Amino acid sequence: MKVAFYPGCVSKGACPELYVSTQAIAGPLGLQLEELTEAPCTGAGVLSEQNPELADSLNGLTLAMAESKNADVMTICSTCQGVLSNHNYQLQNDEKRREKVNATIGDQGYRYSGKTKVKHLLWMLFEDIGLEKIRGAIKRKLTGLKIAPFYGCYILRPEEYLGLRERPERKTYLEQLIALVGAEPVEYRGSTKCCGFPMLTFNREKSLEMGGSHILEAKEKGADLLVTPCPLCHLNLDGQQPDASKVMRKEIGVPIFHLPQLLGLAFGFSPQELRLNHHVVPTASALEKVELKV
Amino acid sequence: MEIAAGHGLNGNVLLDLRHLGRDVILKKLPQIHEMALDYLGIDMIEKPVPVRPGMHYMMGGVKTDVNGATKVPGLYAAGEVANVSVHGGNRLGANSLLDTIVFGRRSGKAAAAYVKSVAPTQGGNDLLRSEQARLQALLARPYQGETHAHLRLDLATMMDQKVGVYRDEASLLAALERLAEFRKRYELVAVGDKGRVYNQALQFVLELGFLLDCAETVIRGALLRKESRGAQARTDYPERNDAEWLKHILLTYRAGAEPDVSYVPVTITRWKPEVRSY
Amino acid sequence: MKFTIEVGRYNPEGTYAESASGEQGFPAPWDKSPPRRYQTYAVDLPEHAVVLDALIAIREYQDESLAVRCACRSAICGSCAMWVNGHAHLACKSRLSDFTKNGKTRVESPPSMPVVRDLVWGMEPFWQKHHAVTPWLEPKQPVPGPREEYRAPNAAMENLIQEVSCINCGCCLMDCESFAINREFLGPHALAKAYRYADDPRDAEVNDRLGEYSKPGGVWDCTHCYECVQQCPKGVAPLEQILKLRKMAVDAGFTNNAGTRHADAFGESVRESGRLNELTLMPKSTGFFNIVGQLKTMPSAFNMMRAGKLPPIIHHKIPGLQRIKTIFQRVGGRFK
Ligand SMILES: Cc1cc2nc3c(=O)[nH]c(=O)nc-3n(C[C@H](O)[C@H](O)[C@H](O)COP(=O)(O)OP(=O)(O)OC[C@H]3O[C@@H](n4cnc5c(N)ncnc54)[C@H](O)[C@@H]3O)c2cc1C
Ligand code: SF4
Ligand code: SF4
Ligand code: SF4
Ligand code: SF4
Ligand code: FES
Repeated sequence: MKVAFYPGCVSKGACPELYVSTQAIAGPLGLQLEELTEAPCTGAGVLSEQNPELADSLNGLTLAMAESKNADVMTICSTCQGVLSNHNYQLQNDEKRREKVNATIGDQGYRYSGKTKVKHLLWMLFEDIGLEKIRGAIKRKLTGLKIAPFYGCYILRPEEYLGLRERPERKTYLEQLIALVGAEPVEYRGSTKCCGFPMLTFNREKSLEMGGSHILEAKEKGADLLVTPCPLCHLNLDGQQPDASKVMRKEIGVPIFHLPQLLGLAFGFSPQELRLNHHVVPTASALEKVELKV
Repeated sequence: MEIAAGHGLNGNVLLDLRHLGRDVILKKLPQIHEMALDYLGIDMIEKPVPVRPGMHYMMGGVKTDVNGATKVPGLYAAGEVANVSVHGGNRLGANSLLDTIVFGRRSGKAAAAYVKSVAPTQGGNDLLRSEQARLQALLARPYQGETHAHLRLDLATMMDQKVGVYRDEASLLAALERLAEFRKRYELVAVGDKGRVYNQALQFVLELGFLLDCAETVIRGALLRKESRGAQARTDYPERNDAEWLKHILLTYRAGAEPDVSYVPVTITRWKPEVRSY
Repeated sequence: MKFTIEVGRYNPEGTYAESASGEQGFPAPWDKSPPRRYQTYAVDLPEHAVVLDALIAIREYQDESLAVRCACRSAICGSCAMWVNGHAHLACKSRLSDFTKNGKTRVESPPSMPVVRDLVWGMEPFWQKHHAVTPWLEPKQPVPGPREEYRAPNAAMENLIQEVSCINCGCCLMDCESFAINREFLGPHALAKAYRYADDPRDAEVNDRLGEYSKPGGVWDCTHCYECVQQCPKGVAPLEQILKLRKMAVDAGFTNNAGTRHADAFGESVRESGRLNELTLMPKSTGFFNIVGQLKTMPSAFNMMRAGKLPPIIHHKIPGLQRIKTIFQRVGGRFK
């Protein structure tokens, strides 16, 4: 299946392991990734807030680029998904805004018509690729692992833009996937909460407390690791975990996996191929349970 | 009338607003639109909505002057509970603001001025102690098969049937009779919660006592007023009768006896009462 | 139809029996709320019945000791906000059939708020925040004469309609993720209210307001989690009002805060490279001269570098960057 792959800046910046592991699992899943190399950042909501018209145009351009490839956009970041969904929804429903965007990007060789869908890899797994295909690709059952799902805000809220009213099952995909790879999903309140990342630069302590408390809750419920479809969540939950530990005055030490890393392990890739050896929080404790080493 | 004659749809009539169109409904009636959608799953832009009469405002109330003072020195009333005599037999839409904002402010000021003008009284503690004893006795009352919820439902059902939209002498007299029965049952109501924090059962039992008193004033007022006016629709006296009934009925509580009846004239200034014809 | 309701009960007098279901819902690690006891009730109600119908039926005919706060039963008074299946909802607007999960509906008072008894929670935090934003108009001079009135154009009021639907129920605040860890945060409903007054053409104190709302605890302490948008039963979408306030504050020149610096650094990075440069974002947001703030982020940066997670020091630009620059210029406005 051909998709217009929108990697997002974080997978090309601070989370290279996400980019690498996505590339790795594309083969077994039969995904043909046509990367949108010239697409700009979504603005992560920051630009939408301060200059909505600008964000309309930047995201309209990205969507138009996918349109010219005749493929739907695939994201691997809850935030990219949220922002692109939001602008796609607004532009689809507002002719005036649509015209403005086309007036801005028209002479760049692109046109936004609104026919492109934007889907996170997590949704594509269930809705386009299909469970059969995934089952067929599984070479290693992750039996014995207890895994806590961590969705991230922008893949859950607001429901209107994300099509969750029509497809409420999207709120359960992570749990289903964890079970599918043979592991046990951990139920805890934090799974749908915010990791605190958007506040990291304004209110560092509170941001760390937010992320830290969710990981601790999952840990208390027995989680060996958390899995997230959002690299920004990963930055806060993994990258900042040692600091969060200090704020919470408690040892945390729970590894955080990107969604494609989890699938990659089940598909038989080595931890090194998925760059599981490049995390701030060592992943060894979780890998040991399925007899793997970093 | 259609509902009473059995023509309605499950006790409702259908309100069709479709001619207004989406824009007018969403702009001018957003709350009503939302309510039908939430509670009936009906979008009034596309479908008619079942409606029926409901209680919306209590005309009448505790008689006050324009400063909220009642006949009991030091007791002030304001809001829907008070009757300053601005609404008459039918409170027009949005006019409750007058009760709350205008007379609420005036009553508050007057009550504060009153408090400052009188010396502190003695004997407050005795009052508190007797009230405490009364509540304790109520809480200690054993369960004898009567609960506030059952009795209140019976009272409400009876009031709806006999004193509701249409009334006549026979239904009102029957209502008075039932009420006497309810008062006896009330003496047996037990409080199902003995706690001291947020005890709603106690609150509901106390309120039920007041409801019985209010019901009685409503029934007696409706019986005395031999005409139809505003919300009072008597099938045996369907006409308005300004010659005899352009006045308020005032009922005053008397311990162990029927309330005392007197009449208060209506002060008419700039706007003359007219027949409502639309 | 038969429904099963599991009620989280709490009585400060400690007069309740041990939990019938024996199960503890929370607390999560950060939760200091006292544990509830869960009691299960069965009710028989029409199919379209709401959670509040069930609670009233229980209180009236099964267990008079159950405390529930409600009044209008039509989603207009805001009294019956509580947790239904772990999220903030009005009990009177939540249909049992929609909220039955695994054969039951669970209700409890929200752990983020003080609990009074059973489903009744203390609204003090809510009203404190409400009062803190000066929720009234400060009249513009000259005050109109006794027989005149302040006139506001219809178009100006239309911006405020969304907020005016607020019924002060507290659903947004009880699930606000910033409030959960930061009691100083003014919170969604109060800030939405703040927007309602700040953008009213009749208000005289807009500038003071914007300055006040930009301080710590104000608009920049929102973590943008969309919980309030999701949970508000009246479509107020508090986050959207907060974002409008942020924009108003920045436009009015209240820019000496991390939030604005963050936005500026972000805009600059996208304009100059098409993408986000995480490396400069952090120092720029903290403020280049805020040495203490800078130092605080050092250990994390060091950890990330050691793990091979920090972005490349030489920030790559996306191909076709000229296109992006053109868009920035054409659209104009902030970040140009
Ligand atoms: C469905 C509906 C729609 C309406 N729409 C409109 C409209 O569009 N426009 C309009 O002008 N009016 C309208 N009204 C009428 C208007 O809302 C009321 O008249 C007004 O709100 C009454 O205000 P109040 O403060 O006097 O009484 P309430 O708001 O009823 O307040 C009375 C308070 O006293 C408390 N209380 C009761 N007993 C005790 C006790 N023993 N001790 C301590 N406290 C006690 C109660 O808990 C309550 O808080 C409407 C009414 C209804 C029912
Ligand atoms: S939203 Fe985030 S990850 Fe996505 S493109 Fe923008 S900065 Fe990158
Ligand atoms: S980084 Fe935080 S705020 Fe962002 S999507 Fe992830 S959970 Fe939400
Ligand atoms: S978006 Fe902001 S105000 Fe709304 S719930 Fe989240 S943190 Fe609170
Ligand atoms: S904004 Fe919405 S959720 Fe918050 S108090 Fe108002 S009505 Fe309730
Ligand atoms: S009872 Fe009034 S909002 Fe639910």
